[in-house]
Amino acid sequence: MIEVENLSKKFANIEAVRHVSFKVEKGKIWGFLGPNGAGKTTTMRILTGYLPPTEGRAVINGIDVSLDPNAIKKMVGYLPEVVPVYPELTVREYLRFVAELMGIERRKIKFAVERVVEKTNLREVFPRLVRNISRGYRQRLGIAQAIIHEPEILILDEPTIGLDPAQIVEIREMIKSFRDSATVILSSHILPEITEVCDGAVIIKDGRLMATLTREEWGKNLEIVTATAGTKLNLADFKKKFPAIQEIRPESHSLRLEFKQAGEDVNRILKYLIDKEVRIREVKSGFEALYLKIIASEDGRVA
Amino acid sequence: MKNTWTIAKKELKTFLYSPIAYILTAFFLLVTGFFFYNIVAWVNEQSMRMMQYGGMEQLNVNRMLYEPFFNNMTIILMFLLPLLTMRLLADEKKMRTDELLFTAPVKMGSIILGKYLAALLIYAVILLLTATFSIFIFLYGNPEVASLLTGYLGLFLLGAVFIAIGLLASSLTENQVIAGVIAFSSILLIWVISWVGESAGPAWRGILTYLSFFSHFQNMVKGVIDTQDIVYHLSFIFLGLYLTYSIYEFRKWR
Repeated sequence: MIEVENLSKKFANIEAVRHVSFKVEKGKIWGFLGPNGAGKTTTMRILTGYLPPTEGRAVINGIDVSLDPNAIKKMVGYLPEVVPVYPELTVREYLRFVAELMGIERRKIKFAVERVVEKTNLREVFPRLVRNISRGYRQRLGIAQAIIHEPEILILDEPTIGLDPAQIVEIREMIKSFRDSATVILSSHILPEITEVCDGAVIIKDGRLMATLTREEWGKNLEIVTATAGTKLNLADFKKKFPAIQEIRPESHSLRLEFKQAGEDVNRILKYLIDKEVRIREVKSGFEALYLKIIASEDGRVA
Repeated sequence: MKNTWTIAKKELKTFLYSPIAYILTAFFLLVTGFFFYNIVAWVNEQSMRMMQYGGMEQLNVNRMLYEPFFNNMTIILMFLLPLLTMRLLADEKKMRTDELLFTAPVKMGSIILGKYLAALLIYAVILLLTATFSIFIFLYGNPEVASLLTGYLGLFLLGAVFIAIGLLASSLTENQVIAGVIAFSSILLIWVISWVGESAGPAWRGILTYLSFFSHFQNMVKGVIDTQDIVYHLSFIFLGLYLTYSIYEFRKWR
């Protein structure tokens, strides 16, 4: 469980984080979303005890990060934006070093290293110098060092940045596998990543909290992109036919639907549209449109 | 303590896996060896002369050979040790590995002490290697062991101070070259501060001469162990490490 209350961080002349509050339940994966320079990394650094907050507090499993940073550091695993590796060491030496650093007992180190090597698929590069392993392996090594002490909390700063699509899928699957065993916060500016992996998202911009959304909430939204501009569709009829639809917002090349609740079966709706000769090009989660609206707004409130 | 050793071990490993360790050691031995050879040659010449004209009783290997040798070595250390220490903390910042160290359940003090210990160990090994030069002196002469050891103790303590200054310089920047330059210039300035003292008033003279490495080191080279000199070196080391620690604490809150 992670609770952030009224958190602020001021650097010499910039306010990187301004009065941010949110809560992440135990065993959930939450996304941390926002444009570059929004304060994602700073907030994460505060959560890991790397930086102290200027104001407010961050509480992890009931312990205030500023009051007992060492207890926090023991239960938090952290993958920074730049994977903190020593190119001169081999993968094996590096993981042993991190294991020792995290306070794992000497006789358990070998086992701990084996476990993460298995989990993150590093067997192939195990004896090699970190300098010589590829970007994808390096990122996996970053995750390996973050989970070596079996943390209850996992903080991942842009875990898939700079990876190819196959590697992205692989890392995402890995992150999903942490659900239930750990509470995860991951930052990203790739929207599908959030909708696919996360149970909820915190959206920040210019250091301010814009919105917190749950899977439930964005699940209610659907965007149907059409090939032609406008439709001859009678919206009133359409809405009458599907009582699950709360609202329909037609736009030039898309129809945005909002359902009364998440998990609506959209097949029937699509069939209806096809029968009405609407040329559908793409069906996507309404998250993207929602996100862009939130980011464009002043205070995160979306009409 | 365990964490200090973990950090030191990693530091030694990264150092030994890079070519820097070997190149530094090799060139240090080359240069010190050259000086040693030259001084030995000079002593040799002197003793020949004395054999011809008498006055052999004035010949003292320790005074004639080791005092100039140790003094030469301090100058070389002034160049060498900043090269050894410059990457210690600057590189962690540049590679962003400080995020790993500072988010691990390890005290700041352990990290700094571990780094210091690693550099000190490497320095001790290099110093030991120069002791091999003396094998020949022992084979063909009989230098006084006690004052030789005191001289080495003096060199070790002086190097330990240089390393503490180097570590402090390395904490100030993420650029290794800048760290090296800061370390070298600071050491040089503290070394020559007694020169200023000579032209200053009597009150300042005492203070500045005390502050300079030079006078304290001279005692040790002459074979005198004075607690005052030991305290001087240890307090300098402590000051360097403490300032390094404070810089990190301060930076966190900035």
